[in-house]
Amino acid sequence: MIVDINFIGLIIASIMASAVPLILASCGELITERSGVLNLGVEGMMIIGAISGFALMTVTGSLIIAVFGAMLAGVLISTIFAFLTQTLITNHVATGLALTIFGIGISAMIGKNFVGIPGKEFPVLFEGLKDTMPLISPILFGHSIVFYFAFALPFITSYFLKKTKIGLIVRAVGDSPESASNQGINVRLVRYACILYGGAMCGLAGAYLSMIYTPQWIENMTGGRGWIALALVVFSTWNPIKILIGAMIFGGLTIIQFHMQAIGVRIPVQFLTALPYIVTIIVLVVISRDSRKIRLSTPSSLGKSFHKDN
Amino acid sequence: MIKIVKRDQPSKVIFFFTPVLAIFLTLVAGGLIFLILGFKPFEALKFFFIVPIADKYGFSELLLKATPLCLIAIGLSFCFKSNNWNIGAEGQLTFGAIVSGGVALLFYDQEGFYILPIVILAGAIGGMLYASIPAILKTYFNTNEILVSLMLVYVSKLILDYLVVGPWSNPEGFNFPETRQFSDSARLPLLFEGLRIHAGIFLALAAVVISWFVFYKTYLGFQMKVSGFSLKTAKYAGYKGKKMIILVFLISGACAGLAGVGEITGPIGQLHREVSPDYGFTAIIVAFLGRLHPVGIIFASLVVAITYLGAETAQIFMQIPKYTGQVFQGMILFFLLASDYLLFFKIKFIGTKK
Repeated sequence: MIVDINFIGLIIASIMASAVPLILASCGELITERSGVLNLGVEGMMIIGAISGFALMTVTGSLIIAVFGAMLAGVLISTIFAFLTQTLITNHVATGLALTIFGIGISAMIGKNFVGIPGKEFPVLFEGLKDTMPLISPILFGHSIVFYFAFALPFITSYFLKKTKIGLIVRAVGDSPESASNQGINVRLVRYACILYGGAMCGLAGAYLSMIYTPQWIENMTGGRGWIALALVVFSTWNPIKILIGAMIFGGLTIIQFHMQAIGVRIPVQFLTALPYIVTIIVLVVISRDSRKIRLSTPSSLGKSFHKDN
Repeated sequence: MIKIVKRDQPSKVIFFFTPVLAIFLTLVAGGLIFLILGFKPFEALKFFFIVPIADKYGFSELLLKATPLCLIAIGLSFCFKSNNWNIGAEGQLTFGAIVSGGVALLFYDQEGFYILPIVILAGAIGGMLYASIPAILKTYFNTNEILVSLMLVYVSKLILDYLVVGPWSNPEGFNFPETRQFSDSARLPLLFEGLRIHAGIFLALAAVVISWFVFYKTYLGFQMKVSGFSLKTAKYAGYKGKKMIILVFLISGACAGLAGVGEITGPIGQLHREVSPDYGFTAIIVAFLGRLHPVGIIFASLVVAITYLGAETAQIFMQIPKYTGQVFQGMILFFLLASDYLLFFKIKFIGTKK
């Protein structure tokens, strides 16, 4: 069998494209979790981003307004979560679930008038270079700016957490809010910022789905990607670089399903779809059974409320 | 000037008042959202909360939807009271439905009084088995139960999907993603002619009574309360922490599994792709709204069940998307959590007089 080498390049490119929303949302959630906050509202924030981006694009006609508007919408919706968990000291798990349920509902209400409207073409970069090299060109060139940003983001996030002072503060707040607070760090403020940043990235991830990947508005179109993004953060053991690998594997499983069906391999599709979740559980077990490992990788105060008595 | 003061003790009155406040605020906010979206707020709220339960049929539908919510929430209250975050009830429901459905299919061409009890038991066992995964991983591998139980929801739904499309699909069913119809002996009997409400409601009521007894009359209930309050105290008192974690997960799984049985052996009578419209997740809201109290959960399940019905009615009569139900569910939980602040903190208005 002769396999066209460009075809392999195209498959890899499509895997990367399906990994983009996962990378964006996971990197956002990673920062939030690193500050000690577990936000289960990823799915809700993504779907809000998706409808906001699509609606703004349709109404204003401007892609730039739409993309930034979607990020802003993610910020706004995550403000609810931040206010509840940080100011009113509510339970992270319950509040995050409420955010997801609310987000899916409200996006469908807003999106009612946008069902069936065709999307717009999103400009791609380096289109001219697409045919210059076999295999490599389709992977590297001819993608949207969001695509390139997504693949740079894990490295930026890693640098931010390891090498910058603010990154250090974020980690300190997540690992030991008490001592961070004693050092004069405003724990609540840092956590607010991290939650809102997570909201912005989830909003962008949603906008990528409705404006670039699909591109149209469908009710509930995130289809559980938010939960996969949450799983990815755990899978990566809170390491941004590993998110990149995980997203490629998780995204790859989605794409490979189509091709396996096409060539008639007899593994149930459902098994492949379930793999990311099963793998995440296994990873979780492996890192959790060793208490040293979990101390090194998991933000110690994850999901615990912090309240400083005045 | 406003000053916020921490209460010495959480207020008992406010504890049971805030759910009512949360429902009220949800209605107000819901009306506002309808107004913004260009619907008449009062008319929309009427179609949402009054029209669906105005007749006999509607009331039966309300109980039909409240039954699984109540059953699951009762189970979850065991977990939440003892500080175990099982948020995978949806998966336990699905797996319970799979196991009981599988058993019911074994008897598809038989009749007999013994079939239904076996089918019900199978559902409870299925739910328990599935809930035991996060419980065992938590107790023996220190694994976070929130993430594990959540991941397992998707796995269970995919298993169900595989079964109804593949090996269990009805051989005479023209490739529809559903199984054979169960025999009548495997069905929970309907209570009234022409209404869909079925005997599953008795399972829910039994769960309410049993949980009340366990919570307030047994040593186990006391242990759970102490562990929920402070794990350190529980350890100091010498409670067998691991055993209890597994036990509350098993109870919770059994309840969710039974809810799954009700969904497939009640009005539908077969397994298909979507056995539950996210009852397992919504029940988390019910458990909170009911304050983890058996009687509170009954009321909460009725309130939240209306949002399911209201969404359907509003969709038919006002072309409001059915997802609006989730907007209300999310808001109820938001407002409830927010008003919990009043439990622990007093807001004092301090006058400027000298």
